Amino acid sequence: MPQLITDNNLAVPDDYYALLTELYRELEPAQCQDVNARLLLLLGNHIGDMDVLAEAARIAREHLPAASTLAKDI
Amino acid sequence: MIKTYAFPTYPYVRSADQDSAAPVRRPVVIGGAGPIGMALAVDLALHDIPVVVLDDNNTVSVGSRAVCYAKRLLEIMDRLGVGERMMQKGVTWNVGKVFFEDDQVYSFNMLPESHHRRPGFINLQQYYVEQYLVERIGDLEQVDLRWKNKITALEQQDDGVLLSIDTPEGPYQLEADYLVACDGANSGIRALCGLGSSGQVFQDRFLIADVLMDPKRFPPERWFWFNPPFHNGQSTLLHRQPDNVWRIDFDLGWEADPEEEKKPENINARVRAFLGEDVEFELEWASVYTFCCRRMDDFRHGRVLFAGDAAHQVSPFGARGANSGVQDTDNLAWKLALVLKRQAPAALLDSYTRERLQAADENILNSTRSTDFITPKNDASRALRDAVLNLSRRYAFARSMVNSGRLSLPSVYADSSLNTADTEPFAGSMVPGAPSTDGPVQRNGQDDYLLSALGNDFNALWFIDHASLPDAADMAILAQLATQALPIKTRLVSPVALDIQLPAGVELLVDHLGVVAERFDARPGTFYLMRPDQHVCGRGRSFDPLRIQTMQGTATGH
Ligand SMILES: Cc1cc2nc3c(=O)[nH]c(=O)nc-3n(C[C@H](O)[C@H](O)[C@H](O)COP(=O)(O)OP(=O)(O)OC[C@H]3O[C@@H](n4cnc5c(N)ncnc54)[C@H](O)[C@@H]3O)c2cc1C
Repeated sequence: MPQLITDNNLAVPDDYYALLTELYRELEPAQCQDVNARLLLLLGNHIGDMDVLAEAARIAREHLPAASTLAKDI
Repeated sequence: MIKTYAFPTYPYVRSADQDSAAPVRRPVVIGGAGPIGMALAVDLALHDIPVVVLDDNNTVSVGSRAVCYAKRLLEIMDRLGVGERMMQKGVTWNVGKVFFEDDQVYSFNMLPESHHRRPGFINLQQYYVEQYLVERIGDLEQVDLRWKNKITALEQQDDGVLLSIDTPEGPYQLEADYLVACDGANSGIRALCGLGSSGQVFQDRFLIADVLMDPKRFPPERWFWFNPPFHNGQSTLLHRQPDNVWRIDFDLGWEADPEEEKKPENINARVRAFLGEDVEFELEWASVYTFCCRRMDDFRHGRVLFAGDAAHQVSPFGARGANSGVQDTDNLAWKLALVLKRQAPAALLDSYTRERLQAADENILNSTRSTDFITPKNDASRALRDAVLNLSRRYAFARSMVNSGRLSLPSVYADSSLNTADTEPFAGSMVPGAPSTDGPVQRNGQDDYLLSALGNDFNALWFIDHASLPDAADMAILAQLATQALPIKTRLVSPVALDIQLPAGVELLVDHLGVVAERFDARPGTFYLMRPDQHVCGRGRSFDPLRIQTMQGTATGH
């Protein structure tokens, strides 16, 4: 079964991180949420493997800080 | 309010059973003459089982209820003898359009593959379906339909159920070998048995309005709006029904006050905002609904069986209520008939629960997913939903995620204990447990369809050609299968017409286009055994009467 890669898989990780921060530049929080949603949908479809996606979703919810410690408008 | 339909009033008629000193015993009593109870009554009558149907009311379903009937329901209704009437009256539709905010984001064609007798869907008001079933029951001596008979109490016995019934002329009692509860979502019989139905109530309200309009204004298509400008960013659905009546569903949100929303002036304002100032319309009916998805843990409780909304309930997105309820009765009728005729053990009835629980879970899953898409539960889900809709304008992958209701498909009972596993390789979708596909055939030189040639019996399909004709010994076996205690009626399927003598109960179907053989992945010699509800029991690559008998035994719980 294909597994979610959790070691570095990017040639230049900083580039990807910069791409994401660029993505949010000058956007309102609601627009960021919209962009994030679109990106998730596009990437998920490209990956196309439910096991990998489910594993990523599971990890994404791990160790979430309690809701009260998060700023309300994020 | 309804102008286009005159509701029949069926008479209460005193039954001789009401004058009997001791409760009269009946093999089957059905509680409730909704679409599900009546479909079951017709089906049992076709299996030669006498039934009493009790209904607390004296007319058909009033108000805005089921509209969309899917192909499988129509096929079952064909077997029951009301399919053609539904087709004649119903609106056949194939095009669905999805709008997001101000624009159409895409349109799709539901047209199923060609060469099926019935289309993907028709739209028809529920009261017509019920009226046709009442009239069909009128032709059937085995069905005793009693209006204004309300079940008020019941007592489970070892080998039956004792029922107390209220009528305009006072109470009486009846005994039944089996009681089938088809008394709807708020089943009183379920409550009398001390049983529940659990699941999820959606925190949302919908205004469902039926309006009369000029048919030239809107085509017979399903139009679904997400966040339309005319309705405060909530969803709206428009669907055409017969008699120039359109169904409009408005999502109102949880905060809406149902009493306010039901006021005609408020409904008219919503409809007016939607249709525009220049469209003439008249309101036929409107109600405000909250939907839920729930089911019972088991559809059998001793001698009481549950079917339709009494057993499971879904939100209407995906049109799975009546569609799946009629599949319950399709599944139950032949099993109950065999048990009553002592041709199968009572345990066969447990396969009803197993197969239909699986179907209920599929339906609940699908309709929950549709409801979650249509009415997102938090800001993040709404952002995700709107992102899908935005991307769907340009990107195909997102279109397949747009979920304004996945329309009802019948379940494949792939894991059923009634199936016989394949021992040879087969391709395609006609796996054991699948409902039979359809295809054009010629019967006695007349154009027809495969499903019309399958009856209420077990049927074998044996694919042959002129080089592999059954010989005299084979014919003798087919004749014997057709006349045994539990008959198996063989349909020989050949690509060309053949001049052969056939014994009673055996019929030749000419698959002149080769569609049937292709859909069954059949070659000369291939056979299938089908249950009376037209689901596949098992199959093989060469005709083997012993194997067919064993398959039938497995399919009847032996
Ligand atoms: C807005 C809306 C839209 C829908 N759209 C669709 C759709 O497009 N397609 C679809 O397939 N389904 C749809 N449905 C669902 C469909 O209407 C139901 O699934 C269907 O009516 C269930 O039939 P039933 O016979 O199980 O129950 P019901 O139709 O509720 O019938 C139950 C019957 O039992 C009788 N009864 C009750 N208690 C007693 C008693 N104690 N004694 C005797 N009789 C009793 C009642 O009078 C009634 O006649 C929709 C539902 C709604 C509300």
